[in-house]
Amino acid sequence: MWRNTDDGYGVVAVVLHWLVAAVVVGLFSLGLWMVELTYYDAWYRRSTDIHKGVGILLFLVVLARLGWRLVNPRPVPEPAHSRLERIAAALTHVLLYVLLFAVMTAGYLISTADGRAVDVFGLFSVPATIAGLPGQADIAGDFHLALAIALIALAAVHAIAALKHHFIDRDRTLLRILGRRTPRPSRSAAHSRRRA
Amino acid sequence: MNALKIKMLRLAIWCLAATAAIPAVATAAVERYVIDTEGGHAFVQFRVKHLAYSWLYGRFNDFSGTFTYDTEDTSNSAVELNINTASLDSNHAERDKHLRGKDFLDVDRFPRASFKSTAYKETGFNTSVLEGDLTVKGITKPVRIEVQRIGNGPDPWGGYRRGFQGTTSFALKDFGIDYDLGPAARNVEMILSIEGVRQ
Repeated sequence: MWRNTDDGYGVVAVVLHWLVAAVVVGLFSLGLWMVELTYYDAWYRRSTDIHKGVGILLFLVVLARLGWRLVNPRPVPEPAHSRLERIAAALTHVLLYVLLFAVMTAGYLISTADGRAVDVFGLFSVPATIAGLPGQADIAGDFHLALAIALIALAAVHAIAALKHHFIDRDRTLLRILGRRTPRPSRSAAHSRRRA
Repeated sequence: MNALKIKMLRLAIWCLAATAAIPAVATAAVERYVIDTEGGHAFVQFRVKHLAYSWLYGRFNDFSGTFTYDTEDTSNSAVELNINTASLDSNHAERDKHLRGKDFLDVDRFPRASFKSTAYKETGFNTSVLEGDLTVKGITKPVRIEVQRIGNGPDPWGGYRRGFQGTTSFALKDFGIDYDLGPAARNVEMILSIEGVRQ
């Protein structure tokens, strides 16, 4: 139920997946919105505080998610997926993680460019590590935006692929990450189908 | 043939000597200074009111300039200053990033700001007015800088130095910066602390 099995994701993996998805889309929208706010807007400061705080928490969640992934079995790929599809999916997943960490690192480097810590809703703060590089805030800012756009674009590809599997191929790809463990044909049947 | 060559050579030497002598005579009292950015004895600072409650200070860390000072006729003195706008530093990286961006200095498009004096006039014992053209964001406008002569004399390392402090203020909007920071922050004050090393 909580843990993954060979033929499906457990509740923890499912919840973490959708939590990260929602937060990434939320932070992307918040980020685009907050940089357009004017100085006298009531949200001028609050929006950035929330963006940074949630960003740090997301970092912890993604770390936890990777940890969980390590100690859980990986559900075997849908038998109907071709070799190319499996490779493409695996590559996309790796790249999504890489982009996630890259976006968060770049954001962190903006806020800590002068040695200031990042405050997380007054609960704790993350100290600066790399600070004072020439043009750090500006360069990190350019990367933060470009990488965020790349992340959202790749997530869109990932989502469109899932929808394609659900509606066109009519396989269980999307259902699995929704936590469904529809009984699949018996193992031997699946194997023989793959061989065929 | 040979005589002509010698004559031409003489003329050339005479011309050279004459051109070398002219500036030596004309600039006898005009001292040339390089602003001591290398030793960090010069500051291009600004201050803006935050809301209406306090002063926010910032400075440009990278700039260079020269000035001349005519000890006999001070009105013959002049200053030139070039500022790297990306070197803005207000002691807050995120604010600096904003100030360098399109809302304010747009340093990618306008990496340089400059000042070139047009007139210098003593107004009192230690005070004078420096007029000149300030260029920010590609817009050039005349500004008037109130100058205080701070001091001059030999330094302990064999050189000779002269220093001034100048202040001026202008509307940010005059130089194409119209981001709304509130009514108290429409003007910026510049505080220029300049020390030159005589060449």
